[in-house]
Amino acid sequence: MKLKSQALTNSDAYRANRQAHLALLDTARQAAQAAAAGGGAKAMDRHVSRGKMPPRERVANLLDPGSPFLEIGATAAHDMYDGAAPGAGVIAGIGRVHGQDVMVVANDATVKGGTYYPMTVKKHLRAQEIAEECHLPCVYLVDSGGANLPNQDEVFPDRDHFGRIFYNQARMSAKGIPQIAVVMGSCTAGGAYVPAMSDVTIIVRDQGTIFLAGPPLVKAATGEVVSSEDLGGGDVHTRLSGVADYLAEDDAHALAQARRAIANLNRRMPDSVVWQSSEDPAYDPDEILGVVPADLRTPYDIREVIARTVDGSRFDEFKARFGETLVTGFAHVQGCPVGIVANNGVLFSEAAQKGAHFVELCSQRGIPLVFLQNITGFMVGRKYENEGIARHGAKMVTAVATTNVPKITMLVGGSFGAGNYGMSGRAYSPRFLWTWPNSRISVMGGEQAAGVLATVKRDGIERQGGSWSPEEEAEFKRPTIEMFQRQSHPLYASARLWDDGIIDPRQTRDVLSLSLRASLNAPIEPTRFGIFRM
Amino acid sequence: MFSKILIANRGEIACRIIDSCNRMGVATVAVFSDADRAARHVAMADEAIHIGGPAPAESYLMADRIIAAARDTGAEAIHPGYGFLSENPDFVDAVEAAGLVFIGPSAKAIRAMGLKDAAKALMEEAGVPVVPGYHGSNQDPAHLAQQADDIGYPVLIKAVAGGGGKGMRRVDDPRDFADALASAQSEAKNAFGNPDVLIEKYVLQPRHIEVQVFGDGHRAVHLFERDCSLQRRHQKVIEEAPAPGMTAEMRKTMGAAAVRAAEAIGYKGAGTIEFIVDGSDGLRSDGFWFMEMNTRLQVEHPVTELITGVDLVEWQLRVAAGEPLPARQEDLTITGHAFEARLYAEDVPAGFLPATGRLAHLQFPPSARIETGIRQGDTISPWYDPMIAKVVTHGATRAIALRALESALVDTEVAGSVTNVDFLIALTRHDGFRKGEVDTGLIGRDLDDLIAAAEPDPRARALAVIGLAGLADADVKGGATMWQPLRRTIAWEGGQAMLEVLGPGAARVDLGDSIHEVRWQGDRWWVDDALRRNRIVSHDAGISVFGGRTVHLTRHDPLARDAASAGGDALTLSPMPGLVKAVHVSAGQDVKAGDRLTVLEAMKMEHSLTAARDGTVAEVLAQAGDQVEAGAPLIRLEEED
Repeated sequence: MKLKSQALTNSDAYRANRQAHLALLDTARQAAQAAAAGGGAKAMDRHVSRGKMPPRERVANLLDPGSPFLEIGATAAHDMYDGAAPGAGVIAGIGRVHGQDVMVVANDATVKGGTYYPMTVKKHLRAQEIAEECHLPCVYLVDSGGANLPNQDEVFPDRDHFGRIFYNQARMSAKGIPQIAVVMGSCTAGGAYVPAMSDVTIIVRDQGTIFLAGPPLVKAATGEVVSSEDLGGGDVHTRLSGVADYLAEDDAHALAQARRAIANLNRRMPDSVVWQSSEDPAYDPDEILGVVPADLRTPYDIREVIARTVDGSRFDEFKARFGETLVTGFAHVQGCPVGIVANNGVLFSEAAQKGAHFVELCSQRGIPLVFLQNITGFMVGRKYENEGIARHGAKMVTAVATTNVPKITMLVGGSFGAGNYGMSGRAYSPRFLWTWPNSRISVMGGEQAAGVLATVKRDGIERQGGSWSPEEEAEFKRPTIEMFQRQSHPLYASARLWDDGIIDPRQTRDVLSLSLRASLNAPIEPTRFGIFRM
Repeated sequence: MFSKILIANRGEIACRIIDSCNRMGVATVAVFSDADRAARHVAMADEAIHIGGPAPAESYLMADRIIAAARDTGAEAIHPGYGFLSENPDFVDAVEAAGLVFIGPSAKAIRAMGLKDAAKALMEEAGVPVVPGYHGSNQDPAHLAQQADDIGYPVLIKAVAGGGGKGMRRVDDPRDFADALASAQSEAKNAFGNPDVLIEKYVLQPRHIEVQVFGDGHRAVHLFERDCSLQRRHQKVIEEAPAPGMTAEMRKTMGAAAVRAAEAIGYKGAGTIEFIVDGSDGLRSDGFWFMEMNTRLQVEHPVTELITGVDLVEWQLRVAAGEPLPARQEDLTITGHAFEARLYAEDVPAGFLPATGRLAHLQFPPSARIETGIRQGDTISPWYDPMIAKVVTHGATRAIALRALESALVDTEVAGSVTNVDFLIALTRHDGFRKGEVDTGLIGRDLDDLIAAAEPDPRARALAVIGLAGLADADVKGGATMWQPLRRTIAWEGGQAMLEVLGPGAARVDLGDSIHEVRWQGDRWWVDDALRRNRIVSHDAGISVFGGRTVHLTRHDPLARDAASAGGDALTLSPMPGLVKAVHVSAGQDVKAGDRLTVLEAMKMEHSLTAARDGTVAEVLAQAGDQVEAGAPLIRLEEED
């Protein structure tokens, strides 16, 4: 049951793969670091000179020292809005406070005053979605000027826009998921409802402000002249208005109060799975970079990745001899039992049936699912359509869509077409979806898409008696291929929060483990599957 | 031999005596005050009797209660240890009147040696050399000043009834004599109930060498010398035996003089003849003078035991039980060399102020002989001497014994109170001391360097930060970080650092002045790529890093914020636990910076607390007679305009 690696770690191919992956990693790292730098040194200096802690330091000081921080959407809004909103101006992620997993959402006021761009809203809502699904207490470190006015049409009116933040707070509070706000800066207009809608609110004296309309608007509306502090400062809100509950002297004090609030939550993780003691894989996770080909088109055995991810490299492979292009089986990740569903080639009918069977097994047993997605799609062609591959594929999609066990999806290669659905793509609401820097995601490959379009075009030209030279066809296909290349890139995908972030493949095991642990804060509800087309 | 004895003492010496009794099959009765109900000596004894309140005058000095306890428990003899009633002849009389045996010399012998001037006269008669000085009863300050002039400066003023450096002042300049005299007399009166002093010549480059004697009331032997020159303000810090540079001839001369002294008073039991030795030109047989005789077992007796193989407590019991001297002089030999370091709860940088506290962590190396009355979890109270332990080592040569002492001290772990352990370690590394060039002025001369050498080093501090962050605990050495390690503050009382956890078992600590990479590798701590001998210990008082140049960081409560900041220099705080002796100001009184506000008595020393600035006294927060903890506010001045 212990997987045996076939990898040759001293081969040229291994070294070349490793080099290529390291280069991709470097690009991702630079993007992440640029996002972490927020609004830049000047804005940061101004922020700090006001006695405020840098936003990431606020997060760090809230969390248990040295505890892991599973950051969500680290490169959100990358290359969007002309680079005006690094990290989408908000830091989000799961950390630990007194050992309790919490979702932290921290405005980065160094980025356009922490105002909400469309991606800021999306990231905030995604963080709340995770919190709601995983029953994670939410801590909002608020320092934001509210909606970004030039983008108001994409921020305010729609269902998944600004107002949804407060809707989520109310719904989560109703479910007993604690909502804690720490007001460390502005909290204006709609933003005022973040603290007001929270279960517990802390505000920093002479620094945090909460009001529906700021002094300039008040003056314009009624002529009343009032200072920010008198209008909605910490003293006012903790003494007169009751909008906030605790008055803090500074950021450090406020974060200590937030930690205390969490310590007093009286929560316990449900006992959903049988944990084992963790064990390192027999193969070094660092070798993932060498054993995974740099070129997506080069096939490789996904068990090489599994061997470098699961405890002791032990894998109880289920139905190994049937539908071999889908690898399914049981393993543990840092002590947590998981069912792994991994692609080892294109999906055939048997593989899809096997996948559906395995998801049913895990659902009945309450075992979280891990999808290692590297899929070009379901097999096409007359033979396959005639034998009903769509029917078999639908079974797998139904199983994946309706199971109630936590699903964690790791995009380790291609994510194309309906394969994305069967392998728990974003639309299938996995608790977390992480992606490797070498991954690509699109409805189909760029070449294929361009080919489809070119075929349609050629048919039209030829129907009208025209002719189309191979050069003209290549010129026609080029922009489509380029567009697909650009849009399928993980940085493009992550910028738009089609996933929860790019990760270093060597940390796959750590990220899976943290995702699993976060997910298991919520009890596993029994599954009721939809109709399987038999 | 006795079947049961009572030990009229506490702390390490009580434990030490019980150890020997246990070996000899003698049952033991301990006595204890309110403060010592849970003390180690009580736990070790076969029986224990409560004798009163925490102040020594209410318990360990209550002769009647102690004697009653002995009678009630059927003890046949009383061992007084050192200090307390050990050199009180009235107690000896009372013990004997009660039909019990006092394990020690006769009242007569104690009286003969108790008054220093009389003792010196007696010694002169016995042919023992004494230091020039005035030992007369005329205590008129002018007369004493005249005597000092006659002897020639520098001179030493000493309490007639004194010991242990209390009531002792060195005077270099005649102009300072009057002040020094007044303060010595006051201290003497306070400590011994007798303000009388004597004046002596002050020997330059003096060494303190003492000879252990043992008598059976008729004959006496000596068990060679101990060198106790390593002193700070007359308090012994490290003792050793034999004395470095001692010649066979001088040892014989000093030993013979000591035996003469003991036999001259018919001494019975263990005693020590202290000599002052002129170390300015090597040791010479004509360069030593009698100082005083301590008619009890000394604190530093273990070094003698280690080089002679004699159990002095066993000898005390045997002689007290009527046996003759257990050995002849020619049977006694010196094997190797021994050191003893006195580990104290005291704040060295703050001027060796006595400290208190609950010892949240206490661990000693098995390599050394440890004499202690304290266990982990016990409290060093302000009521008694703040000694934690004596660390005693033995080796074939002086160099080996000294290395062993250094190593044992490095491996000693005390948390919950500051200690002098790093100062002791610095002493063991002192070049002059290593070479055996000792005199009583060594510590004073090199004090700044010794204190500096004991200052915590930043790498140990970096480890303490790791400990404070909770990363030193067995299984949590830091979790995964994704692209960008989070940087956070780790604060303690009085400071903070920035911590970045880089991954499991790896972190970067920014102390402000320096940045250190810390790794946990092979179950050991590495800092800046060097393996450290340090141990990180977490306890309820905070974090301690041991292994030389100890670092203690006290946990900071980020929620405890002063609503109004403290008054700064407006408050005069007690620098140590102690007794408020006197309050010299009252509310409304104007004071100048430097004016004496209160006098605090701690460890039998008086400390004047003075005004930090000019101002008006707003409030007096303590009264004479109050027992106060360190940091207690005593006087508040009006806020400045």
